[in-house]
Amino acid sequence: MDTNTTRKSKNALLWRFLRGSKALFLVSMLASALSALCDMLSPQIVRVAIDNALGGAAPTELPVWAVALVERLGGFRWLGEHIWILAAAVLAVALVRAAAQYGYRVSNTAASERLLKTARDSLFSHIERLPYAWHMRHRTGDIIQRCTSDLDTLKSFISQQLTEILRIVILLVLSIVFMAGMNGRLTLIALSPVPVIVAYSFFFYRKIGAAFLDCDENEGVLSAMAQENLAGVRVVRAFGRERHERDRFEEQNRYYTGLWMKLARPMATFWSVGDVLSGTQILLTVCFGAAFCVRGDMLVGEYIAFLSYCALMTWPVRMLGRMISEMSKAGVSIERIAAIMDAEEERDDGAKKTPDLSGDIEFDRVSFSYDSDQEVLRDVSFTVKGGTTLGILGGTGSGKSTLMLLLGKLYPLGEGCGSIRIGGVDIRDIDTAYLRRSIAMVLQEPFLFSRTIRENIAMGEASDDEASVRAASRVACLEETADAFPAGFDTAVGERGVTLSGGQKQRVAIARALMRAAPVMVFDDSLSAVDTETDAHIRAGLAERFRGSTVILISHRITTLRQADNIIVLDRGRIAETGTHDELRRAGGLYQRICEIQEEA
Amino acid sequence: MKKNGLLGLGFVLPYMKKYRPEIAGLVLASAVGGLIDIGVPLFQRYAIDRFVTAGSLRTLPVFIVIYLAAILAAAGLNYIGCVWGMKVEVCLDRDLRDAAFNHLQTLSFSYFNQNSVGYIHARIMSDTQRIGELLSWTMLNGVWQLCYVVGSVAAMFVIRPSLAWLVTAILPVAAMLYAVFQKKLFTLNREIREQNARITGDFNEGIMGARTIKTLVVEDKLSGHFAEGTETMRRRSVAAARVHGLFAVTMSFASSLALSLLLWRGGVIAKEQIGTFSMFMSYAQGLMEPLRWVVDAVVSFITTNINIERLRKLMETRSDVVDSDAVLERYGDSFSPKRENWEPLHGDIEFRDVSFRYPDGEELVLEHFDLSIPFGTNLAIVGETGAGKSTLANLICRFYEPTEGVMLVDGRDARERSQLWLRSGIACVLQTPHLFSGSIRDNLLYGNPDATDDDIRRALELVSAAELVDRLPEGLDTDVGEGGDLLSTGEKQLLSFARAILAEPRILILDEATASVDTLTEQRIQSAIDRIIRGRTSIVIAHRLSTIRNADRILVVRGGKIVEQGKHDELMRAGGVYCRLYTRQYEDEATSAALDR
Repeated sequence: MDTNTTRKSKNALLWRFLRGSKALFLVSMLASALSALCDMLSPQIVRVAIDNALGGAAPTELPVWAVALVERLGGFRWLGEHIWILAAAVLAVALVRAAAQYGYRVSNTAASERLLKTARDSLFSHIERLPYAWHMRHRTGDIIQRCTSDLDTLKSFISQQLTEILRIVILLVLSIVFMAGMNGRLTLIALSPVPVIVAYSFFFYRKIGAAFLDCDENEGVLSAMAQENLAGVRVVRAFGRERHERDRFEEQNRYYTGLWMKLARPMATFWSVGDVLSGTQILLTVCFGAAFCVRGDMLVGEYIAFLSYCALMTWPVRMLGRMISEMSKAGVSIERIAAIMDAEEERDDGAKKTPDLSGDIEFDRVSFSYDSDQEVLRDVSFTVKGGTTLGILGGTGSGKSTLMLLLGKLYPLGEGCGSIRIGGVDIRDIDTAYLRRSIAMVLQEPFLFSRTIRENIAMGEASDDEASVRAASRVACLEETADAFPAGFDTAVGERGVTLSGGQKQRVAIARALMRAAPVMVFDDSLSAVDTETDAHIRAGLAERFRGSTVILISHRITTLRQADNIIVLDRGRIAETGTHDELRRAGGLYQRICEIQEEA
Repeated sequence: MKKNGLLGLGFVLPYMKKYRPEIAGLVLASAVGGLIDIGVPLFQRYAIDRFVTAGSLRTLPVFIVIYLAAILAAAGLNYIGCVWGMKVEVCLDRDLRDAAFNHLQTLSFSYFNQNSVGYIHARIMSDTQRIGELLSWTMLNGVWQLCYVVGSVAAMFVIRPSLAWLVTAILPVAAMLYAVFQKKLFTLNREIREQNARITGDFNEGIMGARTIKTLVVEDKLSGHFAEGTETMRRRSVAAARVHGLFAVTMSFASSLALSLLLWRGGVIAKEQIGTFSMFMSYAQGLMEPLRWVVDAVVSFITTNINIERLRKLMETRSDVVDSDAVLERYGDSFSPKRENWEPLHGDIEFRDVSFRYPDGEELVLEHFDLSIPFGTNLAIVGETGAGKSTLANLICRFYEPTEGVMLVDGRDARERSQLWLRSGIACVLQTPHLFSGSIRDNLLYGNPDATDDDIRRALELVSAAELVDRLPEGLDTDVGEGGDLLSTGEKQLLSFARAILAEPRILILDEATASVDTLTEQRIQSAIDRIIRGRTSIVIAHRLSTIRNADRILVVRGGKIVEQGKHDELMRAGGVYCRLYTRQYEDEATSAALDR
């Protein structure tokens, strides 16, 4: 890929995520600058106190305005007699600094959390709008990782590394300005170790980065091993392999620990060399400063202020190298997020029609393949008269579920691959959301959200009023089951609640579909986990409630299919037989065989 | 509480013993390091009083040498602290993890049924880590900074008590304030973590449920819900930042307050003793940060108590199924079996007047149950999903012990031999195949590490999995990924069949072994089952009924209890539960078979 365009798209992405937080970031930078300025001021006040107010030295190196201010108050000697004024000034500066520091922290967090929210929200709603085919192509775990840890990396890049580096740079620049204002030569001496310290930690973290990564990965291996052991506890016990498991775990545990142990010395060296370097910086300032004072080039208050600035700088300078070296991690993460954001969302190109969908559904010479080599459907044509029921019988891989995915436009039907029409309108021209809303689809393996049963049933609807939820549940034979749960319909399902059986899940999904008075209803093998009596019960309820709807039933059960007005038998992507139950059961084909098998039993 | 000593540390003490020299050294190094740090302002005082004020640089060389020595000593102590701290942390961590993991290997199923994998996993991985960190870095920092605080307060009092009061009066107030903030922050941070987990869960749902979400057209609704979640997260984080900001501000303001007091009350002495004044200034400004670390350490010691308690609870949990001392004496335990004392397992099983209730259940699922399963019997257990079909298999494997009555193996009470002895003669294939990361060979050898490649080959052929392995790029050495996830469920199940066969079991248990595989694999497995149960005692818990028609005995389970038993023909004639189940399933199976042909 062209690096220029990816850089552009990465920048555009950052800019987009920064929407709504740029001003806050600016505020936080200003607050940070103000706080750094205050940091610089209090050593200056002390200096004035020592040199001018108490020491009686001429205020030659002070700014004119400051001298004028003091003269108006009563002069430096007067100030020395009223030292509380300077103490109050220290406190006043401290108050301003406290406010600035508070402002920095809060605005920086507010900005970065706003950024994170914008990024997460756009990722989520983008992912929801990506085509179904995209979802099928990507592994869930990988997408989740991009949405979580890569996003965290991106966030800390902006809110911690960028802003922290900027903060440290502001602090350094201000220190240089204030120090140089007192003594240029000592400033050079005091700052001379700074580049060494920064470079040292930069190269150290760059070099050690791989080792840290290795540790992280091996921790992952160890963690996965524990996970596997716990999840597979039945296998471990049944084969009596506790000892093997222990040995395996101990070995990896030892290896992982060893990796950290190997890091102990380099880390310890790094810290102690860092200590020596910053110690040397202070020592240099102490000695040269003392010498300058003795020679009369500098006043003692200035000397003390220099020492304060050095102490102020030590930690930020030691952090700087690490910050810079860790910035490179962010590039990869941004790229991985951009890969999702650059994928194209589902689009309705001019498909705006919202026709009445209770008419005939026609599949006209439909062919389809997921990837170009193998056709799942070949030249399939059939018509379902509006308001009638179509039964579909077919084995694994016969293409029956694909038919329904095409009907709901979950996969777009390519040009020249035939067409699907409802009431004479090609579904390519129908508004996708409108189309899907008009087709109540119950899938073979229903997906339930980890919310309450009620919320699951009313998921697609605007309201969840008791009467309609109950009515839908009654037809789906779910009412009694739900009432038997501790919190009735308000019982949570999934991770944080009860675990439903396959049949119960299917019934929730059916009730969910029934909430919508849709003109088209599709049941894709959705009663397979329900026992025969309940199946019959549900079908009777459905027939009564949806007299006007067009229904497509995919099933293996003849008792389910026989009530259909028309039945097609799909075999490897083609229609093998078509007709009513009475016609097909004597046609001598697959349907007849199935009838015989099921009747015999 | 008492027996675990201060803050539950009594529990960790035995693990710390091994690292006594390092821990002692760590404490000592941090203490000395903290004391040396006190020297920096003293050096500055000396420089000002002796060089600047006195106007002479005579002692400068000596000063430099001593100063350098102090820097190097502090660096050296930091080095030692770092190396030992690392050692104590990771080793303690490792030992605790090993101990927890090993202990888990001895626990019975009731523990695993009552606690989720995630919960137990956190005990092994994160609790141990917190404890290791506490006893190394937190301690190192705490002691170092405590010594610095105490030492510098002492230095101030020695040099000029009147000024020392000004600076130290602020300390207790500041310390108390930090503690209050810490507690508040602890709660806030936990809430943020929980909200973060919820958002990850929402991402997961939005991706896993893509198809349902699209067919229901609820993209906007979910995005709205998601945005609410992220908004909560944002608000909580900003709220925490306010507290955190206030905390930091209070701290630095305390330093400035000390400085201001010093200037106000002590400014006068700056005239004569400028060095002393400068020293006090450094202490006033430099004390608050170390104080914060001390409070941090104290708070960590308190909060980590939860982790210690949880780990202790795990380590004190005992298995429901234990071998008696006499049995352990003769047969050895799971980690060091005395195989030389083991008599061969024949494979007769008998339940004699057994009543059983699951440890967490209320109802008896077996009541005065008698059943004899002589070697070579093919026993089938059928029933609806969730009817309690696995109970017998669990008892046979001694995953649970009968509440009353006895289970006999080869005519003797099962409790007279060790669990490992029994399980060495049993192999299981479970509904959800579970493989371990590693190669296919590693996995197949799981039940029998001594099997040769020829044995493996034979087993694979027996279960029609040879072709599957041949197709893979590296054959038996192919990596199966974490939990075997690089293979399909069907492939994993075929391999777990081969794994069971390789163990050469006298007793074979198939627990709904074909329930989660596709039709094609199921057919292959079904034809293999007939071959592999020959010459063994087998217990087939069936999801599909067509293959158990020839079983010597069929038990029908409903609502956790055995409601019918007999041979296929007898049960069909009786026209009861079995007859109904069979009829329906036969229909389904035959239909699928005909359609997929």
